[in-house]
Amino acid sequence: MEALLLQVLSGLATGGIYASLALAVVMIYKATHVVNFAQGEMAMFSTYLAWQLIQWGLPYWGAFFLTIALSFVGGVLIERVIIRPFEAHDAVLAVVTVFIGLFLILNSLAGWTWEYTLKSFPSPFPAEAYLGGYLSGHQLGLFFVVLATLAVVYAFFRFTPLGLAMRAAAENPDSSRLVGIRVSWMLALGWGFAAALGAIAGIMVAPLVFLEPNMMGFVLIYAFAGALLGGIDNPWGAVIGGFAMGVLENIMGVYVVGTELKLTVALVIIVGVLVVRPSGIFGSAVVTRV
Amino acid sequence: MTSRKKWLGSLAAAIGLALALGPAHAQKKYGPGASDSEIKIGNVNPYSGPASSYGSIGKGIASYWRLVNDLGGINGRKVNFITLDDAYSPPRTVEQVRRLVEQEQVLLVFQSLGTPGNTAIHKYMNARKVPQLFVATGATKWNDPKVHPWTMGWQPNYQAEAKAYAAYILKNHPKAKIGVLYQNDDYGKDYLKGFRDGLGSRASSMIVREVTYEVTDPTIDSQIVTLKGSGADVFFNITIPKFAAQAIRKAHEIDWKPVHFLNNVSNSIDNVLKPAGLEASKGLISSLYVKDAADPQWHNDADYKAWLEWMKRYNPGVSTTDAFYVYAYAVSSTLHQVLLQCKDDLTRENVMRQAANLKNIKVPMLLPGVHLNTSPSDFAPIEAVQLARFDGKRWIEFGDVLGQ
Amino acid sequence: MSAHWRLLALLAGLAAACALPFFLSDYRAFQLTLVMVYAIALLGLNILTGFNGQFSLGHGAFYAIGAYAAAILMAHYEVPYWATLPAAAAVCLAAGFLFGLPALRLEGLFLALATLSLAVAMPSILKYRGIAELTGGVQGLVLTKPDAPFGLPLNQDRWLYFFTLAVTVLMFVLAWNLLRGRVGRAIVAIRDQPIAARAMGINAALYKSLTFGVSAMYAGVAGALGAIAIQFVAPDSFQVGLSFVFLIGAVIGGVYSISGAVFGAFFVLFVPHISEGISRAAPQAIFGAFLIVFMFVMPVGIAGFLRLAAAWARRRTHRSSHVTGEAP
Repeated sequence: MEALLLQVLSGLATGGIYASLALAVVMIYKATHVVNFAQGEMAMFSTYLAWQLIQWGLPYWGAFFLTIALSFVGGVLIERVIIRPFEAHDAVLAVVTVFIGLFLILNSLAGWTWEYTLKSFPSPFPAEAYLGGYLSGHQLGLFFVVLATLAVVYAFFRFTPLGLAMRAAAENPDSSRLVGIRVSWMLALGWGFAAALGAIAGIMVAPLVFLEPNMMGFVLIYAFAGALLGGIDNPWGAVIGGFAMGVLENIMGVYVVGTELKLTVALVIIVGVLVVRPSGIFGSAVVTRV
Repeated sequence: MTSRKKWLGSLAAAIGLALALGPAHAQKKYGPGASDSEIKIGNVNPYSGPASSYGSIGKGIASYWRLVNDLGGINGRKVNFITLDDAYSPPRTVEQVRRLVEQEQVLLVFQSLGTPGNTAIHKYMNARKVPQLFVATGATKWNDPKVHPWTMGWQPNYQAEAKAYAAYILKNHPKAKIGVLYQNDDYGKDYLKGFRDGLGSRASSMIVREVTYEVTDPTIDSQIVTLKGSGADVFFNITIPKFAAQAIRKAHEIDWKPVHFLNNVSNSIDNVLKPAGLEASKGLISSLYVKDAADPQWHNDADYKAWLEWMKRYNPGVSTTDAFYVYAYAVSSTLHQVLLQCKDDLTRENVMRQAANLKNIKVPMLLPGVHLNTSPSDFAPIEAVQLARFDGKRWIEFGDVLGQ
Repeated sequence: MSAHWRLLALLAGLAAACALPFFLSDYRAFQLTLVMVYAIALLGLNILTGFNGQFSLGHGAFYAIGAYAAAILMAHYEVPYWATLPAAAAVCLAAGFLFGLPALRLEGLFLALATLSLAVAMPSILKYRGIAELTGGVQGLVLTKPDAPFGLPLNQDRWLYFFTLAVTVLMFVLAWNLLRGRVGRAIVAIRDQPIAARAMGINAALYKSLTFGVSAMYAGVAGALGAIAIQFVAPDSFQVGLSFVFLIGAVIGGVYSISGAVFGAFFVLFVPHISEGISRAAPQAIFGAFLIVFMFVMPVGIAGFLRLAAAWARRRTHRSSHVTGEAP
C-alpha cells in the first residue's frame, strides 16, 4: 500500500511536468484550433534563453520574467511571419510541414549554440524535501506554479474581453470579423501567450530533468496525451489530465505493462480519447455544422 | 625555438609512442586509400538525430588528425579523415559506410559509433575485408577474431566492467541485496549480463530488483522509488549521463544510501556529478580507464598538459573538462600508433595485423597502469579496470588495476 | 501531352532505368534501390494524404511493421525473400485498415497527432521483451542478401536493383489503375467534399479505412524491400524521425500526384548528403529552414510545380491541354 502511494506521489510529481506543458498546448488550441508540434522545442529554447541570461548575471526572477516577455514576442513573430501565410487556406499539410521545420530549426540551433552536455538549472524554491524526500521542494513549487498559471489562464479566457475575443476568433473567424475582432491579431496573441506559457513550463521543468536540447521531445507526447484526456480546450481539464497522465504512466509502468511500454500507454490514451470521446473528460463537445 | 614548435616537440615526446622494432621495409605496399602522400581514414558519427551529443567524439577525432598533419603526418603521409553523419540510424550507417568503402575507397573505418550501426555493417565489413577498427561501443561482441577478424573494439567492454563490480561486491558485501537500474537496450543488457555472470550462482539470490527505463522517459524518479522500496542496499546504476544525474539526485533526496556503483559511461565529474550534486555523489564507485580532465590530481602530468594545449589551440570554445575530447584523443592516439607500426606497408591486412599486435602500449590520457594489449586471439585492447570512489571532489582510485 | 507521348516517355524512362546499373558502381545501384524503396512508401502516403486527404505522421510505423514481417520470416522461418513481400503487404494492409477504423473520426491535426503517437511508440513496441524472441529485441535481426536466381550473371546489388525495379513498377501501375477508376474518384471526392460524397452514396467510412489499409500496405512492401537491401532491422532503424522524413519527402515531391513520390524519394535519399555538405554544425536547422521556405515557394511540391509549369507552357503555345483526373 505504501509502495502504491509512493508511486502515485512520484507520478503526481512527473504529472506536474506534463500539466505545465499541457497548458501551453491548450492555450494555443483554444486560440487557434491548431495543435503545435513544435511547442516543446519552443519551450526548450526559451529555457536556454533563461539559462543564458542567468549565466550573464541576471538574477533568477529577472531572467524569468524577461524570458517570458521575449518568448511572447518570439511567439507572435513566429505566427506573423511563418504561420500566417498558411492560415487562410486551411492547408493542414503545409502547416504541419512548417511545424516540423520549426521543430528541426529550434532543436538544432539549441544544440549548436549550447552543446548537448547537461546543464543544471537553478530552482527558486527551497531545497528541502517533504514527505520523507519523496516530494522535493521544487516539485511542490512546480505544483503551485501550475495551479497559479492555470488560474490566470482560466480567468483570462472566462472573464476578460480579450479572452472572449480570442475564443471567438478561433471558434468562428468570419462572425468574429463581422463584430470587429481583429482575428489575425488574436491568433498572433494566442501564439505569444502559448510561447510564454511554454517558457514557464520549461523553466519549471529544467531543474528536474536537466537542461539539454532533447529535454522536451518526448515530454510533449505525454503532455498531448494529458491535454487530450482532460479536454484540449479546457485549461483545468488539461492540467488534471497532465497529472493523471503522470500517475497513470507510473502505475501502468510499475504494476501492469512494465516500464518498457510507457509510450505505448500514451499512444493508447491518445488514440482512445480521440476515438471514444474527442472532447476529453472535461472538454466541450465539438460540433461540426453540415 | 618558437613556443609553438616547442610545444609541438614536447607533444610528440609526451605522446611517447614506441615505434615497432624491426627492419624497415624497403618496398612500399599500398591498399585502397593509401599512397605516398596520404592515408584515407573513414568514420561515421551521429552528428544529427537523437544521439547528436556523441558527435563531439567525431569532432575531437578530426581535430586530432589536424594536429598530426601539422606535425608532419604519419611517416610523412597526411591523414585524410572523412567523417559522415549517420544520425544513429542503422540504414544510414550502412549507406554511409558503403560510400566510405566503395566510393571514397578508405583504407579503414575507424571509431564507428553505436552498437546498432556497427551491428548493421558487421557482416559487410568482414565480407569486404575492410578494417572496422576501434569501434565506439563497449559491447562485448566486437572481440571475436575467429568469426569477425576485421572488427575490433577499443574501450573496456561493459561485461568486464560489470564483472569487476560483481567481484568487489562478492568480496566486500557478500550479504548484499542488490537493485539494478538499466537502460532497456543493448548497452544496458550487456552490462547486466556481465554483472549476473560475475555474481555467478548467487545472482538470483542477491539481485532483489531489476528495473529498466527508456531513453524516452522524462524522468526515472519512479524507478528509484521502486528500488528503494525493494529494500536493496547495493545499487548498480547502468544509465546514460542524463538519467545517471537524475538517479543520483533522487536517491539522495529520498534518503536512500546504498553502496552505489555507477557505470563508466556516466562517471564524468563535470557532465554528471556536478549537475547531480557533488554532495549527493559522495561515495559513488565506478571504474576508470582514462583520466578525468576535471580531476586536479592529473593537472601536473605531461600528457594532460599536452592535451590541454591541444584543446586550447585546436578546439577553442570547447570546455577543457569535456570527457568526449579526452576519449577522442586517446583512441585516435591508438590508431596513430597502429599506423606508425604499419610503416610503409599500408594494406588493410597489415593494418589489422598491427592492430592485433599492440604489446603493453601506453597512449596519452590513459590512467597509469592501463595499457593496450592485443593479439591475434585477443581483440580487446583495453581490458583493465580500475575501481575508484568519488570523495566529493575527485575520483580516488583504490585497489589494483584488474583484468590486465 | 497526349497519351501516346506519355507512354513512350515512360517506356524510355524504364529502359534507361534498366540500363543504369551497368554504368554505375554497385554503391550507386544500392542507393537507387533505396530510392525506389522510398518511392513506394511515399506513393502510399500520397494516396492517403494527397488523394484522400487523411493525414499520417506515422507511416514510418507501417514501414517498420513490413520490414520486421519480412525479417522475421527470413530469419526464423527461412522464407525466401520474394515471398516475404506479399506477406508484408498482407500484414500491413490489415494493420492499416485496423488503424484506419478508429482514425475515421479524426480530422486533420488530430489524425496527425494520433499517427505521430503510433510512430513515437513503435520503437519501444519493437523492443518489447515479450516478443523479443521473435523480433530479436533491441539487437535486431541480421539478414542475408539474396543472390541472383537461375545463375544470372548479376551481383547481389544489381539483382536487388532489378527486383526492386520490378516491384516498384508493379506498385506504381497498381496505384495508377486504382486512382483513375471509380475507386480513385470516390477517394478524391471524399477528400474534397466529404458530405456531398456521402450524400451520393459513397460509403466514406469503408473507403477511408481501405485507403488507410492500402497506404499502409505500400509502406509495408517498401519496408520489406528496405530490410532486404540493408540486411538488418533493429528498433533504432525506425525512430520517429523516419515518419517525419516520409511526410517531408511526400510534401516536397508533391502529394497530389503519383510522380511526386519519385521526386520525393530522390529528395529523401540525397538531401541529407547535401545539407551535411553545407553545414556540419547544424544540418537540421538548414533543413528546417529550407522546408519552411519551400512551403512558401512551392506548396504543391516539385511534381505539382512541374505540372503547373507544363500547363503554363501549353497555354503559352495555345495547344489544347489534356484534362487529368488529378486535383491541383
